[in-house]
Amino acid sequence: MSSSAASTARPVRAKQRPGDRVFSGGALAAGSLILAVLAAVAAFLVLQSIPAFTTPADEVAILAGETFWTYVWPLVFGTLWSAALALLMAVPLAIGIALFISHYAPRRLAQGLGYIIDLLAAVPSIVFGLWGGNVLAPAVQPFYTWATENFGWIPFFAGPASGTGRTILTASIVLAVMVLPIITALTREVFLQTPVLHEEAALALGSTRWEMIRMTVLPFGRPGIISASMLGLGRALGETIAVATVLSSTGAVTFALFTSDNPSTIAANIALSFPEAYGVNVDVLIATGLILFAITLVVNSIARYIVSRRSAFSGAN
Amino acid sequence: MTQASSTSIQNAYSSGRLGSSVPALLLLTTMAVSAVLFLFLQLAGTTERYNIVGAVLLGIVLYGVILYIASRLVEGSRRAMDRLVTTLVATAFVIALLPLISVMFTVLANGSARFDLQFFTYSMRNIVGVGGGALHAIVGTVLMTLVASLISVPIGLMTSIYLVEYGRGPLARAITFFVDVMTGIPSIVAGLFAYALFAIIFGPGVRLGIAGAVALSVLMIPVVVRSSEEMLRLVPNELREAAYALGVPRWLTILKVVLPTSIAGITTGVMLAVARVIGETAPLLVAAGFTSNMNYDLFDGRMQSLPVFVYSSYVSQGTDAQASLDRAWAGALTLILIVMLLNLLARLIARYFAPKLGR
Repeated sequence: MSSSAASTARPVRAKQRPGDRVFSGGALAAGSLILAVLAAVAAFLVLQSIPAFTTPADEVAILAGETFWTYVWPLVFGTLWSAALALLMAVPLAIGIALFISHYAPRRLAQGLGYIIDLLAAVPSIVFGLWGGNVLAPAVQPFYTWATENFGWIPFFAGPASGTGRTILTASIVLAVMVLPIITALTREVFLQTPVLHEEAALALGSTRWEMIRMTVLPFGRPGIISASMLGLGRALGETIAVATVLSSTGAVTFALFTSDNPSTIAANIALSFPEAYGVNVDVLIATGLILFAITLVVNSIARYIVSRRSAFSGAN
Repeated sequence: MTQASSTSIQNAYSSGRLGSSVPALLLLTTMAVSAVLFLFLQLAGTTERYNIVGAVLLGIVLYGVILYIASRLVEGSRRAMDRLVTTLVATAFVIALLPLISVMFTVLANGSARFDLQFFTYSMRNIVGVGGGALHAIVGTVLMTLVASLISVPIGLMTSIYLVEYGRGPLARAITFFVDVMTGIPSIVAGLFAYALFAIIFGPGVRLGIAGAVALSVLMIPVVVRSSEEMLRLVPNELREAAYALGVPRWLTILKVVLPTSIAGITTGVMLAVARVIGETAPLLVAAGFTSNMNYDLFDGRMQSLPVFVYSSYVSQGTDAQASLDRAWAGALTLILIVMLLNLLARLIARYFAPKLGR
């Protein structure tokens, strides 16, 4: 009873019903569970990969007498190299497509064209893998032969050309096709958010459409383009099965694009080796997965940081 | 001379410009020229089949170059640049269409060979060479995706409700950030996580259907959270305030007002998330393994799924390579049809059951 005097002094509080408590508690638990899952992903990967570092290298069949780091280095190189090549092809193309949909295509068609590009994102990666290995690789192989014969003096084009066409460049083309819809969708959203007054002002000053885009749309969209590319990079780094099906790798560390000596990627290597792996070999593969996880985590965090710094791009994330 | 210049007083709106029909005519001409050129190449035996891609690309390049030069001569460098960029941007779109068309065409052409009744009624048990089907893979995909949805939809939906209705302060910001980070987890890492989790419980070398489902839900949860969060934010605040003003408790407001208003969008998001994970190969390969037998039990033994079926029939082709390849393509066709159907349904639901917000 003594508390009634005190409660009148306190500010009025909403009545807490049991249903409310259960519901908000449930929502809070679900949200926290996500944090727990992410922590668990990191924890379990670390836990399982410890034996890979502690076991002597000559006792692990998959390492073939080398140390863990000499085993993983060509894979890291291949992962970064193929993803970089894919971005090099996908980003200019994606910017072009995004501009086409947002500023060039007729208004009524624009949304439909956007759906068509989104269809690319709906194709499962294994289908891209089949297509890359059976259709794309034979189709580009004659070009590889031609390029190595005529431009072999450029280090990237060094011969001899691969007979199957399943080189790192083919894998990167497939990767580029796969990240294209992601980058396009995000940059398109950002381009559409360009203040119309800026665009109209540029046009009113007599600029052509390209000059208007160069002066207003591209500067405004630059952070969006960067973060979209980083997200695409994250996807390209982690793509597994398409690379595993397309690429025929030897584990070489080389920048040559057309030869049959290709580095593998971390993800593809796990997919190819995991089904037959046993004992500590599994832990070695999980350790490489941990490295991949760390790389993509850094890339994605940077992308998200860029996006969140400019919260004007709320539609872009 | 003066006579001539005075009679040709030019229209201020069309002088110094290419006519409006010039680009279209030029495009037709260059395409025709390029088509004929590649026809000659084919007849001369330089290319085995008619190179459609080459013809289209050469036509576009010719068009771009000629239009740039013509425009530079008639209209000046600024407009020429503008026309060049227009060509480039349109070309980028056409280039993106090439793989899409090629993929669809190849999958349809190669997949229809084994897209028959046997494919959907047989498993691969005791099948060597010709015949067999993907029933075990379809059953496995349906079971694992269903369980993954049962895990991720409640968690994802409740998280988005927390973020929109309750979440304030550092915890909500942390969840938003880490959901974004989770979106970027490579699918193979999700598979490794599920494997590591179940290997600690059941011992090393374990492959279970439920492990596959857990791996898929790790990939699915962030997608569900993001899409439902966006949909919940679209619900106008006036609706919530009206409910509060009538004395409705907060949880009932969410349950009876907010969720029904946004249910179409949430359903769309869930279906798109399902469409995303149903095509995942790598996590299932690692966590659920592959088998040629039927398996209805998520907690007992390896479980095949459609993407892994495609992958394993392509990688290990066995005695009759062509039969195995045909099965792989038929599986790919089934997979694409399922994903497209889910996408289409999602868009239809979004369009026809969307709440009428505008006035």
